[in-house]
Amino acid sequence: MYVAVKGGERAIENAHAWLAEERRGDTGVAELSVAQIREQLKLAVNRVMAEGSLYDPDLAALAIKQARGDLIEAIFLVRAYRTTLPRFGSSVPVHTGAMSCDRRISATFKDLPGGQVLGPTFDYTHRLLDFKLMADGQVPQAPTREAAPGDVPHVTEFLNQEGLIELAPQDDTPPPDLTREPLEMPADRALRLQALTRADEGFTLGLAYSTQRGYGRNHAFVGELRIGSVPVEMEIPELGFAIEIGEVTLTECETVNQFKGSKTEPPQFTRGYGLVFGQTERKAISMALVDRALRWEELGEDNVGAPAQDAEFVLYHADNIQATGFLEHIKLPHYVDFQSELELVRKLRRAAGADQLQEAAE
Amino acid sequence: MTPLLSVQGITKRYGHHIGCADVSFDLYPGEVMGIVGESGSGKSTLLNCLAGHMTPDAGQVVFDTRADGPRDTVTMSEPARRMLGRTDWAFVHQNARDGLRMGVSAGGNVGERLMAVGARNYGDIRAQATDWLGRVEIDATRVDDRPTTFSGGMQQRLQIARNLVTGPRLVFMDEPTGGLDVSVQARLLDLLRGLVRDMGLSAIIVTHDLAVVRLLADRLMVMKSGHVVEAGLTDQVLDDPQHAYSQLLVSSVLQV
Amino acid sequence: MTMQNDAYNFAYLDEQTKRMIRRAILKGLAIPGYQVPFASREMPMPYGWGTGGVQVSAAVLTPEDTFKVIDQGADDTTNAVSIRTFFERTAGVATTTTTRNATVIQTRHRIPEEPLTEGQILVYQVPIPEPLRFLEPRESETRKMHSLEEYGLMHVKLYEDIARHGHIATSYAYPVKVEGRYVMDPSPIPKFDNPKLGNMAAIQLFGAGREQRIYALPPYTQVVSLDFEDHPFVASKADHPCGMCGAEDSYLDEVIIDDAGGRMFVCSDTDYCEGRQTAGHKGKDAA
Repeated sequence: MYVAVKGGERAIENAHAWLAEERRGDTGVAELSVAQIREQLKLAVNRVMAEGSLYDPDLAALAIKQARGDLIEAIFLVRAYRTTLPRFGSSVPVHTGAMSCDRRISATFKDLPGGQVLGPTFDYTHRLLDFKLMADGQVPQAPTREAAPGDVPHVTEFLNQEGLIELAPQDDTPPPDLTREPLEMPADRALRLQALTRADEGFTLGLAYSTQRGYGRNHAFVGELRIGSVPVEMEIPELGFAIEIGEVTLTECETVNQFKGSKTEPPQFTRGYGLVFGQTERKAISMALVDRALRWEELGEDNVGAPAQDAEFVLYHADNIQATGFLEHIKLPHYVDFQSELELVRKLRRAAGADQLQEAAE
Repeated sequence: MTPLLSVQGITKRYGHHIGCADVSFDLYPGEVMGIVGESGSGKSTLLNCLAGHMTPDAGQVVFDTRADGPRDTVTMSEPARRMLGRTDWAFVHQNARDGLRMGVSAGGNVGERLMAVGARNYGDIRAQATDWLGRVEIDATRVDDRPTTFSGGMQQRLQIARNLVTGPRLVFMDEPTGGLDVSVQARLLDLLRGLVRDMGLSAIIVTHDLAVVRLLADRLMVMKSGHVVEAGLTDQVLDDPQHAYSQLLVSSVLQV
Repeated sequence: MTMQNDAYNFAYLDEQTKRMIRRAILKGLAIPGYQVPFASREMPMPYGWGTGGVQVSAAVLTPEDTFKVIDQGADDTTNAVSIRTFFERTAGVATTTTTRNATVIQTRHRIPEEPLTEGQILVYQVPIPEPLRFLEPRESETRKMHSLEEYGLMHVKLYEDIARHGHIATSYAYPVKVEGRYVMDPSPIPKFDNPKLGNMAAIQLFGAGREQRIYALPPYTQVVSLDFEDHPFVASKADHPCGMCGAEDSYLDEVIIDDAGGRMFVCSDTDYCEGRQTAGHKGKDAA
C-alpha cells in the first residue's frame, strides 16, 4: 500500500548532523582555527569579503570554515549576516592616492613617480609544487625597506596633464545603493561598478577575457594596479568633521584604453576602473575591463553585440549568490509542474502520434 | 485636402555631423514619395525620424490620425506613437531579419499585428495570415514554417505581408529591395506596385536604386549631405534633373 | 539551522525592511498584477528557494497569526518544513497544516483545494515573475511592453503552440490577464489551479526574491487565463480519481509504486486528502 512520504523534518535534522561531522573530518587531525584561515588562506578570505560585501576578515574566515572551503557558500553566509546588520551611516569616499601600497605596478610607464613596487605576488613564481610546505616549514624573513613618505600619484593623472585621457570629473551625487534599492535598468556607472565589485570572480574574469579575444575589444593597458591599505573616515554629525574609523586593504586597477574618438569626443585614452576589497588583483583587473566594455554607450562607440557590452546581461547574471540559488533550486521537488508536463506530453503524443503509429502498424 | 503627413523642418545632428537638415514636405493620401541619395546622404536618418525610431533635434512630423486629426508625432506620448506604429503605420526594413521574428512561424509573424490590436480568434487570424501569404505569393502550405527556411525574397515578401495585414495608411520602406538578386528585385517591385495600387497605400520609400522610385514613386526627393537638393514629380526629376548632383545620380544609373 | 530567537528581530527582518516590503505590497494591491520592484534582502536561504515568499510572509506575519507552508501541495516536503521551522524559530508563530486554520499560507506551485476565505493571505513563491521573459529576455523592454500594454507577443506564443501542437502547450505558469490590464505570471502553479486565482476571497501576494519583484491580487479580483475564442482555456488534470481519498476534483500527483511501471494517482494537496480520508472517503488504493 502507498503511504505518502513523511518525515521531512527528521531527514533535515539528520542531514545537518551528518554535515557537521563531515565538516570536521578526521578528528585525529587537529581542528583548523579561524585565525589560521584568516592568516594563511588570506586570498580566500579576501574573495569572501569582496563578494560578500563585508570587510571583516574574522567573519569571512569563520564562513570559510563553516562552509567547508566552499567559497560561494561562505560568501552566502556573509551576505545573509550582513543583511541583518544595522546601518549607522556612510563613510567618506576613500582616497586611494593616500594608499600605503604593498604593490604598485604600471604596464604603461617603465618608471614613474612613486616607483614600481612588485610586492607579494605570484607573478614570477615558477608554478612548481613546493613539497617543503607538506612539512611545517619555517619561512625566512623577507627583506624590508622604509616606505617612501607621502601620497602616491595615480598614473592616469600624468596622462591627464597632457589632456590625453578623458576627464573623470568629480561628482558628488550620492551613488545609488545596490543592497537597498532594486537593480533597475538602465544602470549608471556608479551602480554598475557597485555590482561588479561584488560580482563573481569567475564570471567577471570570463567576460573580461572575452573582450580581449574580440567580443567587444577595447585594447586595455593596465595603467596602474595598486594594492595596499587606506584609512576609512566617517563624518560624525556631533563633531562636524570626519574622523578615521579604521583601515581597509583594497586593490585598485585603472586601465588605459585606446579610443579612436567618436562623433562627440576627440581621440584620446579612456578609462576602465576596478576597486575591490583585499588583495584581489585578478578580480580588479577583470572588473576594469568589463567596466570599460560597458561604457560603449556613453562614449558613443558601436554596440557590436558582445556579451560584455550588454549591461543587462552582465549585471543580472554576475551575482553568484543569485545564480547559485536559482541554479540549485531545480533540485527542489517539481512534482506538480512535472505532472502537468507529463499530462501535456501524453496528450500531444496522443494527438500527433496516433496517426503515425497507425501507419507504422500497417 | 489635409496632407496625411506634413513634415516641417526636420533636423537631426550627430555631434558636429549633420544627419539631415531642415527637411520639409507634405504627403497626401495615396501618394508614394521616394527619397534617393547615396549612402550617408541622410535619407535613412530622415526615415527613422519620420517613423519615430529616432527623435529629431528640431522639426515636426504631423500625421493625420483617424481619431484626433493632425497630431505632431514627435511630441506625442510614446504609447500613442507606438500604437500608431502597430496600427496605421508600417515599417519595412531593408534586412527582413530586422522586421521578422525568425523563431516564429510565417503565420505567427503575419498574425502578430492582428493579435496586438485585439484579434482573439485563432481560426480568423490563421485565415487572414494564409490569405496574406497568398497575396505576397507565398504558398499557403508554408504557413507553419519559420522564415529561417525561406529564401531572401520570400522573407522580404513575408515582412511586407506582416506589415500590411492590419491595413496601415502609411508605409515606411527602407531599401526594400536592397540585398536581393536582380530577378528577385523585379518580382518584389512588381508585387509592391500591385499592393500600392490595390490598397491605395501612401508610402515613403528610401532607396539608392532609381529603378525602384521610377516604378513606385509619384514624387521624388534627392538628398545629399543631409540636405534635400531637389524635389519634384518622379518623371520630371529623373528625365530632367536640375541640380548637378541629381544629374550625376541619374547619369550614373543610365550607365548601368 | 540553529539560531537564537533573541538575536534576530521578529520574523527575522528588521522593521525598516518590513516597512519597505509592506509599501511594495500595498502598491501591488493598489495596481493588481503590476510587478513592483523592491529591494529584496539576502535571506539565510538560497535565492530560488522561496526568499521572495519568505520576505513577503515576514512582512505580513503578526504574532497572532497561524502559519502554514506547502511546497507542491504538501506540508511535509523538506523545503516546506525548512521554511515553517524558520518562522517557528524567528517569529514564534503558531503553525498548522490545516488549510482552514491558517491565516497566512506560503505556497510553492499550488493553490490549496479547499476554497480560501476572507481574512486569509496566500503568499506565493515566484521564480520568474515576468510572463514575457521567455519571449523577450530584456527587462527594460518587457517593462515597456507592460506599461504600453503591448501584449501581442504573448498571444503569438499561444498561436504558435496551437499551430504546432493543436493545443496551447503551456501546462503550468499559464499567463493570466488581471482586471483587463496587466498580463501576469501566476507562478508555476499547474493551469488546473488558474480558475481559483480569480474572484478569490483571500488576499494573494506574490514574492520573487532573486528578481526583486512583488505583485498582488486583492480579494475578488478578475483574473482571466489567456486563450483564443476558438481554443478556450481548459483547466486540466490527470483523468483519475485520487487513489487514497477518491476525490475527483483535486489535482493529482502520479506516483510510481513498483519496478514494473505500476502507478497510482494521489492528491497533491496532502491536507485535503487527509481531511477526506478522516471523513471516511476511500479511494481504490487505500488500505
